[in-house]
Amino acid sequence: MRGWRALPLLTLPLWLAAAPIPARAATWDGVDKTVVEKFAHDAGRPPREPLINTDRGDLLLFVFLVAGAVGGFVAGYCYRALFPPGGVKKA
Amino acid sequence: MRRMIDWLVRRPRVVAATAAALLLGTGSPAWAMHISEGILPPAWAGLWFAVAAPFLWLGLREVRRRSGASPNFKVLTGLVGAAVFVISCMPIPVPFTGTCSHPCGTGLAAIILGPAVTTVVAAIALLLQALFLAHGGLTTLGANIVALGVVGGYAGWLVYAGMRRMGFGVVVAAGAAGLISDWATYAATSGELAAALHGGSSFAATFSAIALAFLPTQLPLGVLEAIVSGAAVRFLAVRRPEFLEQPHAAVVV
Repeated sequence: MRGWRALPLLTLPLWLAAAPIPARAATWDGVDKTVVEKFAHDAGRPPREPLINTDRGDLLLFVFLVAGAVGGFVAGYCYRALFPPGGVKKA
Repeated sequence: MRRMIDWLVRRPRVVAATAAALLLGTGSPAWAMHISEGILPPAWAGLWFAVAAPFLWLGLREVRRRSGASPNFKVLTGLVGAAVFVISCMPIPVPFTGTCSHPCGTGLAAIILGPAVTTVVAAIALLLQALFLAHGGLTTLGANIVALGVVGGYAGWLVYAGMRRMGFGVVVAAGAAGLISDWATYAATSGELAAALHGGSSFAATFSAIALAFLPTQLPLGVLEAIVSGAAVRFLAVRRPEFLEQPHAAVVV
């Protein structure tokens, strides 16, 4: 039973190492494009521009920066609650 | 776990290679089950909001009730919510198909928080992704909540609870929950798309076509999610078993 512990650790690198294996039409697009949007196009309802489009230039990076800063502040502020010294107390 | 960490510390090259592969593989978010803005006709988009609403109400009521009983519950919910947010936009390349997709994380969340609260954390994750990451959509939020939060969460929970009652161990039950919740989420997305877009052809034919198109990518990813869910729950069972003894788990124990 000891071997199972290494299974997730070994599976992921092996999986990713297999990524360069030539696959049919290996564009690495998400299935949202290859499946969802393909069927939507075929049905005459292509996706439209997002109502709030952050996928422009470095705007997305800025959003990640702000989210990281806010998340880091909240995690720091709640550090004791998140990581209690003696473990989580039962209610 | 200590042995696993020791094993990793003794193999820095393996760790470095894994980290590099992860960084290269996660260059941009993946939005696999997310239905984009404008794909669903308004009537269908509205219907899915109506379907999601009672589940959200149940989840919010559960959050309030359990937060009153345990002050740490909101913190735990926040942590699991963050995990669902990250897992549900983490692109995993599938070499056999040449495409990327993401796991769901709602099966694991349902084991820890229960299915009702999982709906709430999935809704928050999807809302943030739609608002700030330009993916998914605000008009399609209801449909995405139903697929990821409701179907994914409840399917994962039912499988876990059912298998525990049948006497299976936590690792096997959690693995099966991760697997089924992943596949159920994509089946639900297929159903939502087929219902709205089947046009002249039958619902069943369109559903089958969409589900079959998801299959080559999601079949192996479901297995990966099973392994990760089983490992995560095993870790919790050993290190923090109180997380698996939440009130919603009373039906299992």
